[in-house]
Parts: sequence; C-alpha cells; structure tokens
Amino acid sequence: MTPFEFKRAESVVDAVASGSGTRFLAGGTNLVDLMKEHVERPPHLTDINHLPLKELEELSNGGIRLGALATNADTADHALLRDRYPLLASAILAGASPQLRNAATNGGNLLQRTRCFYFYDTATACNKRSPGAGCTAIGGLTRMHAILGASHQCIAVHPSDMCVALRALDASVNVIGKNGERIIAFADFHRLPGERPEQDSTLQDGELITSIDLPAQPFNKNFTYLKLRDRLSYAFALVSVAAALRMEGGVIQEARVALGGVAHKPWRNEEAESKLRGKRAERDQFATFATEILSEARGQGGNDFKIDLARKAIVRALEQAATARPQSQTDKRVA
Amino acid sequence: MLRDKLDLCGTKKGCDHGQCGACTVLIDGKRVNSCLALAVSRDGASIVTIEGLAENGKLAPLQEAFIERDAFQCGYCTPGQICSAQGLLNEGRTSSKDEIKEFMSGNLCRCGAYPNIVDAIADVAGQTP
Repeated sequence: MTPFEFKRAESVVDAVASGSGTRFLAGGTNLVDLMKEHVERPPHLTDINHLPLKELEELSNGGIRLGALATNADTADHALLRDRYPLLASAILAGASPQLRNAATNGGNLLQRTRCFYFYDTATACNKRSPGAGCTAIGGLTRMHAILGASHQCIAVHPSDMCVALRALDASVNVIGKNGERIIAFADFHRLPGERPEQDSTLQDGELITSIDLPAQPFNKNFTYLKLRDRLSYAFALVSVAAALRMEGGVIQEARVALGGVAHKPWRNEEAESKLRGKRAERDQFATFATEILSEARGQGGNDFKIDLARKAIVRALEQAATARPQSQTDKRVA
Repeated sequence: MLRDKLDLCGTKKGCDHGQCGACTVLIDGKRVNSCLALAVSRDGASIVTIEGLAENGKLAPLQEAFIERDAFQCGYCTPGQICSAQGLLNEGRTSSKDEIKEFMSGNLCRCGAYPNIVDAIADVAGQTP
C-alpha cells in the first residue's frame, strides 16, 4: 500500500478537526483491503477506534440508537436487536464472515464501497475510481452488477446486507462535521451513480457518522431477510430482499420491501408499498407488487437473470413474512 | 508483522484480503482476520495466535480434537481454523452442526477437510467441563 501518516483521534471533536484529506479508520475491513489494492491511497489515516461511539441505547421515542463504532457482531448479538429488530440482526448475520463481523463497524458498513471487480482492478477504466475514465464493467462481466438505477457511467451495486434492512426500517444516520451535527434519512444517505459515480453517499468530506437511529416500529413479528447468492455463505448477494409487514387478521396494514444486490443503493418503492395497504397478504398481491417495484429493471447482459430471480425472491420473502417464518441464516433451506 | 517481525509463523498469509480466514487470530478474545488489522490500530490489545493456544506444552482441547478427527491434510488453513474455532467456542455458536458450519464459513479449506473440522469442533463443544 501507499505510505501514509497515521494519527489517533482522541475525541470526536479531534476527529472532525482532521478536516478533509484524511480517511477515518475503524475496523478497516474495507479500507485496508482497498489500500492493499491501491484503489484507496489516503495520505493520512485517522484512527477513530477509541471514540466513545460503541453503545447501543434506547431512545425516549421508543426507537434505538446504534453507535457507529459498535461492531456488526456486537450489534447483531445485542438483546435489543434480537428482540426488537430481528430483521436487522438477521441481515447483519447474512453478511461477510464471523471474523469480518467482529471487526467491521456499523458506520463502516454504511460506507463500504462496491465490490465491482473493475473498481478493484486498477488496470481497467472506472469512473468511480477515476471520474471520466470510462466504465469497463458496461459490456463486461456483469453477473454482480445493477439492474436498477444504473447510469451510463456506472453499474455497480452496494454490497451491504445491513443497509438493506436499515432502508426497510426507515433508519436515520447521525453525522457530525465542521459545520455541526445533522441527520440524514437513510433513503438519502446512499446515492445513485448518475453523473458522479465517484460519490457513493451524501456524507461530506470530513464528516463522521456517530450513530444510526431506528424508529420505534420494529416489525418484529412478520419479517424476513432472504439472500440469494452463488454460495450458501460468505458471498455477496445476487439478489436479497428485506421484507416486513404489519398485519391485522391477514390484511396488510403496512408493507416494507427493500432490495439488495440490484442497485447502487438499497432499492425501495414506497408507492408500490402503499398499494399493499388494506390488501390480503396473498401471493397474487405480492406478485403485482413485485412487478411494480421491478418495472424499471434492466439487465446488463450478464445479470439479466436477476430480474426474474428478484421477482420470485420478493414473492417468497413476502410469503415468509406473512406467515411469520423468517429465513434462517443458519438453516439454508429456503422456508 | 506477526510472521516477519515476531517470528510467529503459525498464522498464515492466505488471500491477504479477508476472504479466506487463514490469517485468523484472537484479538481481545474475538476472532478476526489479521490481514486487515493494522497493527498500529490495535496498540494495547491482547493478541493470541495459534502458538498461544497450547499451555506449557499441553495441546488445547481443540488441537487434540483436530488430530483425533483428522481435521487437516496439508495443514495450511489449520492454524486459522483452530483460532477461528476457539473464537466460535467463545461466542457459543455451537448448538448444531448447521450452526457450526455457518459460523465457520469464514475459513476456507482447499483440501476439503470440512466434515472432520466440524466434527472436531462439535466434539469440543459437546464436552462437559
């Protein structure tokens, strides 16, 4: 990796004062990987591992706050999450490996970058690495690439499972920068590539994520995180679905469906969700919903199969949620 | 650093990118991929490598179980497997073979010793203290 200067932040104020041009180092499970590949070459690293941002706490509004520096493993195993937000716990456990989850942090999970092999391969043209250079993925090997929200500049997907559940749960992200604190709704955190694929998120240079808030509505009865991939474990999603329902007597009161593995950010369609309100939780309703949420889906050649796979996954996930049989991340048979 | 500077060559360099688990060590009791852990950022942590599992020349129960169950062929992934399995036992995720398999999925074995690795871990998990 390229040589760098290293400093340890002693406080949040100290970290924010580092300004732009430094990268924050937490678990390092994505940043160190990218540095070894020379994709990231930060001249300065600021170690934030000692900042007091590791707690999970209950909020007065009935929700919970996840510290940005709590590890993914500690978060998924936390009693508050297992009991009240099992959809999020399930999604976290569907991702990476135990070793990675023990080091990766919540903030880092949001900021992890795409695993597009062209992004990783500095011998290829990549608009995300190098604005204006071109995109070798388009017309290349596109099995792992986007079917929704792509642009002529970038067809990469966001690799996180946790973020798909956070999107379904309407989380919000608390950040602090030199201009003070602000809250970013999860829907607005990650970007679509558009004309600026080098910008993964709306976080400003030098801003630090301090915590992620979950609203009071837990959806802990009728939910599932269904992840389909080329291996049973330790692989990124081809397509994943976070589905959650609030039901009364077989009738849907509220539906949340977010898709992973298909776009530059978790994909939701609130308008399609609203049409499920008042409908019976039945397959034909789910199929109609799936068609609508995928209406803009376009394959890139190597990932055309994802459209039909996603359609079926959405229907299956909604059935799992409706019958309160969430997909187990240990028993790999699809319920 | 473990291998080159501290002469602790038990921990292996596999993929160097967090994708194989051969480099697994225990940091403050938790299993992690050492290949993605910058030493300077872990200053002050307690680090246990495979060399640290045996006590006074006596092999740890996991090490005995790996021998008993023939849980390795070439042995390259084995230090990482055992450190990871020790972490797994610390985490308590051993209620079934399915759970062991899923929670050991971060350790690849090109020789395919997986069934015996799972059996070795199940043996130790099932032992009464």
